[in-house]
Amino acid sequence: MNEKPTSLWQKLFGDSVRAFGVVSLVFLASLAIAPAKNFFSEWRHYQHGYLKMIRNRSEANTLQRHFQGGIQQIWLPDLGVVDRCTSCHVGLKEPSLTDVATQPFRRHPAIPHQIDQFGCTVCHRGQGLATTVAEAHNSTLAWEQPILPAKYIESSCGQCHRGPLPGTPVLNQGRNLLSRYGCVHCHLVKLPDGSVMKPVDDPPSLEHIADKTSREWIYAWLKDPQAYASTATMPNFKLSDDDARDMSAFLIANSTPIAGDNVALSAKPSSDSAAAASLYGESFCASCHAVQNAAGNMVGGNVGPELTRVGSKVKPEWLRAWLRNPRTYDAGTAMPHYRFNDGQVATLAGFLEAKADSDLLANVHLDAATPEQIAHGKRLVSDYGCASCHEVAGIKKPENFAPELSRIGSKPITQLIFLPGMAHTLPDYIAGKIRNPRAFSPGLKMPQYTFAPAQVDALTTALLALNDRSSTLPPSLAVPAAPESDYQPAGKAGKLMTDLACFSCHRINGHGGDMAPDLTWEGSSVQRDWLVQFFKNPGTLRPALIRRMPRFNLNDGEVNELTDYFMTVYQSPAVDRDSMPLSGYSQGQVELGKQLFYGKYSCQGCHIVDTKADKGYIGPTLTHVGSRLTAAWVYEWMKNPQSLRPGTNEPNRAMGDEDARALTAFLMSQKGKEAAQK
Amino acid sequence: MTRYSSAVLLLAVAGLATACSRKSESAPLPKPTAFGAAIVESSGGKQTAQTGSLLPQRLVVQVNDEQGNAVTGALVQFAAPSGVTFDPPSALTDSSGQVTANVALGGMAGRYQIAAFTFDKAGKKAELKIEEIALGYQQTLGRRLADQYCDRCHNPESTVERVSNYDNLEVKPHAFTEGDTFNKISDADLVAAISHGGPALGKSALMPAWGNTLSKADIQALISYIRAVSDPPSRDAGPVYAKN
Repeated sequence: MNEKPTSLWQKLFGDSVRAFGVVSLVFLASLAIAPAKNFFSEWRHYQHGYLKMIRNRSEANTLQRHFQGGIQQIWLPDLGVVDRCTSCHVGLKEPSLTDVATQPFRRHPAIPHQIDQFGCTVCHRGQGLATTVAEAHNSTLAWEQPILPAKYIESSCGQCHRGPLPGTPVLNQGRNLLSRYGCVHCHLVKLPDGSVMKPVDDPPSLEHIADKTSREWIYAWLKDPQAYASTATMPNFKLSDDDARDMSAFLIANSTPIAGDNVALSAKPSSDSAAAASLYGESFCASCHAVQNAAGNMVGGNVGPELTRVGSKVKPEWLRAWLRNPRTYDAGTAMPHYRFNDGQVATLAGFLEAKADSDLLANVHLDAATPEQIAHGKRLVSDYGCASCHEVAGIKKPENFAPELSRIGSKPITQLIFLPGMAHTLPDYIAGKIRNPRAFSPGLKMPQYTFAPAQVDALTTALLALNDRSSTLPPSLAVPAAPESDYQPAGKAGKLMTDLACFSCHRINGHGGDMAPDLTWEGSSVQRDWLVQFFKNPGTLRPALIRRMPRFNLNDGEVNELTDYFMTVYQSPAVDRDSMPLSGYSQGQVELGKQLFYGKYSCQGCHIVDTKADKGYIGPTLTHVGSRLTAAWVYEWMKNPQSLRPGTNEPNRAMGDEDARALTAFLMSQKGKEAAQK
Repeated sequence: MTRYSSAVLLLAVAGLATACSRKSESAPLPKPTAFGAAIVESSGGKQTAQTGSLLPQRLVVQVNDEQGNAVTGALVQFAAPSGVTFDPPSALTDSSGQVTANVALGGMAGRYQIAAFTFDKAGKKAELKIEEIALGYQQTLGRRLADQYCDRCHNPESTVERVSNYDNLEVKPHAFTEGDTFNKISDADLVAAISHGGPALGKSALMPAWGNTLSKADIQALISYIRAVSDPPSRDAGPVYAKN
């Protein structure tokens, strides 16, 4: 046994010549490893494959000319990008390769950026320096940045683009959800421009909650908010019965009454249930509030809370006071002060109280609270961070209640604790945490939200955009969001507009909602008499619209105040209201305008002038336009509608002066006399 | 003694191997309690969604027996090209004979062929093929523009939120899914019609000119969207991804 190795040794290294030969061979072989590795490298294999593929195509010569062999690299010092992806992804910039389905040879789909200017990893993540498939795409021990799954790709747009983009619906939705679902009440999100992401939800103050609702309802709500309203944005804290009991006890005991919150009405609600429903309809409550119908569908808007079971929640006295003037209870509410008379308040209150669900509170039986329970409830309210969102008397809004998320999109995987069976990637971790936070540890305070799968993806996308690159981006590369306007109208009219909550639906000077038209230049646009009539009795301009201006029951003084303010302040510098007459155009011009309206421009496709013949359903009805709009506005509108109202759907026809003047003459002749008789 | 110790060693090695080996990727298939003869689509086909994202509506398929009655407890499995995910990837049909799944499309824009299949008593495969459309960046932008500017007239379907203007028009516009019409119009002609209105192609002036409202890139995006959703598919719609 012992002789054999000795003889082998003898054979190889028996004399110096042999030893030299063997050592040389070993040396040569080891020298050949590097070139061999290079020769058999993956990128070379793919480049060969590409050349083979293009050989049989009709445009082979062009493709061949564009092809460059060897390792390719995009180097962008500004962005910190060194990307070698194009060594294998050879056909990215070849527009003719649309029919190629196999990777890595597909052409890149059309996007607004050039690959040479942005590289690959800025959007797709992954390791740009790597030259093997596994190292470039997956996370390894040395490199932990895997390729970003396609569903989160818009997060990369958000690194530079800080405002919403038309091409990134998922990112926009995710950012809205972060603000709308109150994530940023607890989590600090410092934006790269130094500002802080602000919540747009408005969780109610709890300082006077006993005026509004019962302890039983608070208990049921705390246990499961979605049992009361499936659209509720309040998350479920998964409280035990005892904890919910004590928290409800504290909130009721801590509440102080507001004078004027208990209205006893002499008026009786209308006994006619159809009248009540029609008052609810006429007041366009459904523009903001949703109610679940028998088929289970939500009917109505999401500006205000869902009202499906509101009768099981609110106290009748409080509801009447709220309907009479919501600002008594909550000065900052988005709800308009409708100026209902007592009869209307009683009727509407009766209608809403009937929207009750007897099952909701059927099993809630609470004994009178003990001082210990109240004290324990206070501790819980403080521990769960209720005051992060709600005002609670005696409890300060906690600072740094939850982890800061300003750079969550770059959190190293080594700092994450994954659940068993979960893919070890950052997006999966974030999505998992949003989906079911307490699964990570039962002791976590983060509550359970009810998000649809697409909402979880959108939130994850928005969070992945908050990363090291977005925070350290050179300012020259950042595309800032349009600045937020906090415009407030002045004086008495301004107070009135706040009271009527105009900004809940209308936008003026960049501030306000987008449910109703932008009023920034309303004073140049409409005639004074029309505006007065509209405030008194708003009609509808667009037949197909289901959200309409409600009637606020304004008195003459208020109407004049508002009209004067609108006519003086909301004036466009581009439109001189008095530069063109409201009537007196020649018959010839009117006739020419009519021909243009029905012929060349075919406006009847979207508008109605003749109620018998025209059916256009998209733009406003124009039967009365001559008594509604100013001629100067119509004329400018014909020439360039988007210059007056950016984003309006009316196509810009770039009309010449002559056509615009004739159409103005025709439209101003539509004073709506025959319709007025109706 | 040696035999005993080697047995222990073998056991230890086997234990170590099972501990270190990866768990099998796919969950075990549920055991069917019944078998059907055919599989049909109830809803969820021909949808569009952004690349990588969930289809807006869930996919519902139904298993029927020879008489066309729904079968409860039959096993339905899904198959699709890589990148497409199903939740759940397989399931037994419910009391109405249906299986409902969330479907997320792959990362490439284009058409995805999805298969849902079940086996009958004899082990014969009954398969249903469904096509879904994934929109890339440009098509998504086009869809948004179509939604804002075009669909009120070009889409005959009305929703609660938005009433279609289609029925009010004397000359009926073509829905963007009408491949038979749109596939015959070249890109250049579509650009002309969108920019300069219907008369540019000798068609109705009810189609206004959008050339001063939409940018060139907007119009390209709209065309790529129209090409993506047309049925039958346009030549420019790109490859169809299907499981080999």
